[in-house]
Amino acid sequence: MYFKEEHHLFRQSLRAFLDKEVMPHIDQWEKQGYVDRSIWKKLGDMGFLGIDYAEEYGGSASDFMYTAILFEEVSRCNSGGFAGVVVSDVGLSMPYIRNFGNDELKKEYLTKSVAGDIYGCLAITEPNAGSNVAGIRTKAVRDGDHYIVNGSKTYITGGVHSDYIVAAVRTGDEGSSGISLLVIDRELEGVSAKTLDKMGFHASDTAEIFFDNVKVPASKLIGDENMGFYYIMQNFALERLAMALCWQASCEDAIAYTLQFMNDREAFGRPINKFQVLRHRIAQLASEVERIKIFNYNVARAYGDGEMVTKECAMAKLMATELGDRVMTECLQCFGGAGYMEEYKIARMFRDSRVGRIAGGSSEIMCELIAKMTVDAVGY
Amino acid sequence: MSFYYTEEQELFRKSLQDFLKKEILPNIDQWEEERQTPRFAWQKFGDMGFLGVDVSEEYGGSGLDFGYHAIMAEELGKTRSGGFGAAIMGHVSLAMVYLERFAGHEIKQKYLPKSCTGEWIGCLAVTEPHAGSDVAGIQTKAVRDGDYYIINGSKTFITNGVYSDYLIVAAKTNPEMKSGGISLIVVDRDTEGVSATKLKKLGWHASDTGEIALQDVRVPVTNLIGDENMGFYYIMQNFALERLVLSLSATTACEDALGYTLQYMNERKAFGRKINKFQVLRHRIAQLATEVERMKIFNHNIVKAYSEGQMVVKECAMAKLMATELSDKVMTECLQCFGGYGFMEEYKIARMFRDSRLGTIGGGTSEIMCEIIAKMVMDDVNY
Repeated sequence: MYFKEEHHLFRQSLRAFLDKEVMPHIDQWEKQGYVDRSIWKKLGDMGFLGIDYAEEYGGSASDFMYTAILFEEVSRCNSGGFAGVVVSDVGLSMPYIRNFGNDELKKEYLTKSVAGDIYGCLAITEPNAGSNVAGIRTKAVRDGDHYIVNGSKTYITGGVHSDYIVAAVRTGDEGSSGISLLVIDRELEGVSAKTLDKMGFHASDTAEIFFDNVKVPASKLIGDENMGFYYIMQNFALERLAMALCWQASCEDAIAYTLQFMNDREAFGRPINKFQVLRHRIAQLASEVERIKIFNYNVARAYGDGEMVTKECAMAKLMATELGDRVMTECLQCFGGAGYMEEYKIARMFRDSRVGRIAGGSSEIMCELIAKMTVDAVGY
Repeated sequence: MSFYYTEEQELFRKSLQDFLKKEILPNIDQWEEERQTPRFAWQKFGDMGFLGVDVSEEYGGSGLDFGYHAIMAEELGKTRSGGFGAAIMGHVSLAMVYLERFAGHEIKQKYLPKSCTGEWIGCLAVTEPHAGSDVAGIQTKAVRDGDYYIINGSKTFITNGVYSDYLIVAAKTNPEMKSGGISLIVVDRDTEGVSATKLKKLGWHASDTGEIALQDVRVPVTNLIGDENMGFYYIMQNFALERLVLSLSATTACEDALGYTLQYMNERKAFGRKINKFQVLRHRIAQLATEVERMKIFNHNIVKAYSEGQMVVKECAMAKLMATELSDKVMTECLQCFGGYGFMEEYKIARMFRDSRLGTIGGGTSEIMCEIIAKMVMDDVNY
């Protein structure tokens, strides 16, 4: 209902690529705390970074369901961190330039991003402003043909090694109407970053970024000045949908992995997949994962058709990430003591899941949004 | 954001809604009180062509696809009377479906046209005092005697069990075979030896749920549905539909309950403001609305697959499991938002709450759903 034959073929070739080029390195990337640069070029060469982008920038201008497949499959690599940096490039950074940037910016950044020569990160969150985007303080003061940027950003996925930063900065008054988006090149003087020590998502170089009198050409402004808040709100839907797809795919992956273990593992003289309590638990979880998957596909299809699905994306993100935590908790349980050992990947899946309910707007923020739309009948 | 129903189907929904609003809803309270739905309700449904919507034209139906049947289940879920919905769907999705799908031409000709008009009402009698979801364990016997079956046994929890005109009875025709020895036989209500007692229930008051005793009931062998000893297989096949219908009704009941509750929350004040401004309640509603929206999409997806003839045994079990569990949760929380009024019969949320409770039991318990799903997910069993 959602995928055609070509989509399935695309998924197969992507899967084969990930099995060959990514899976053997995951443990190393998790250990070193970042993804090897070389993977971007490989992803770009295969065309995986440009599926959703126009042909003039080297993309294949395919429908959104291909991107949905990309989000799902990178999430089946036993590393939330790896999936995180890919999604943060393709689903968080590049879309701002494509949707709101002028031709010059598109030509400069999209072409290279699609090729995998460079990749980006999105920097909105600050130490004192998360989902409350209107409260950001990083300042960009116009000085002739430049902006002088000062401030700091935090929890930025891919924040240390990415080549450019799509940063939300304050160019105007306080509140939501004074925010703009700038593309800031990593190499500019005054840009520095520090890797944060995290509970999970180890393969992502999640960072705190500092801007100290950074001189950014005014031509790097995305869209119009002071329209940043509006752009961000627009793209949040995609970010949330991306997360919903990622978490749902991780859940599927975790259940398959757990079923395999339960089939091999014996206790009290029989495989543990014969114990009724565990069977019913799996049945419940499998049902819920199946349901969220259909819901996500439905939202993805509507999104691809250009429908406004703000509420549905918030719902999908809320449900998929909450389910992620539950699935990982219960799956880990089925592994017994082995589940607590790093030898089995369920330990990593468990800790990587936990950021789902926080990042991209916490569950509580999703509820605020959904409540406004259902209880107060507000439309976004 | 719906890719499932066509424009024609939505028009059908609209006309059904109008009909329910005008002809049915004003009477529901009385029918609940009387503990039964009067015969004219079926006849009105029949007059509008709703009962036979997906029955072939040859037998008095409209010959439309399953989507219409699904819409009926959805709209009946919103009548705030689980019993009324069950009375109609018990006839359409449980009794008529067996005739339409598995019976021979003669039986169809005799029973279906009158079932489509609502002149005759049917019920399905599978469950027994000692065999519910374990269908293979039924004890009612049908012994061949010339051109007749002699049926003995008892059935219970039968929707439309007291006032219906005919019963589709599951009986053992070959006690040696376990599940393989079951057949389905149409039994006319007025046949000698058929008696029924009405059961008192926690909810579903507008439905007459009965215990049926069959004592030396003589039925012509021509009343056999399909082939002898194939009943178990027919029942298993139709369970998917039954579960899907239950899931659809449970989900729209949730939608309706949320709409009703939001309306109340917008009017009710506490501590100087409307209760829909309290964050804890807002988030609770947001969570429930999200779950209901997701459930609805999952259901619609299955309706489409089912209409296209796909085997959706696993998906129907999943839908039934989750929708009915969700419904209990939604009704509990919605009732809570009404405070003391939620406990009063004046507000329909009390009825919706008690009517919901059957969901995780009827049509196979949640535990049985889990057994089926586990087999399909873990043991690679296919049905």
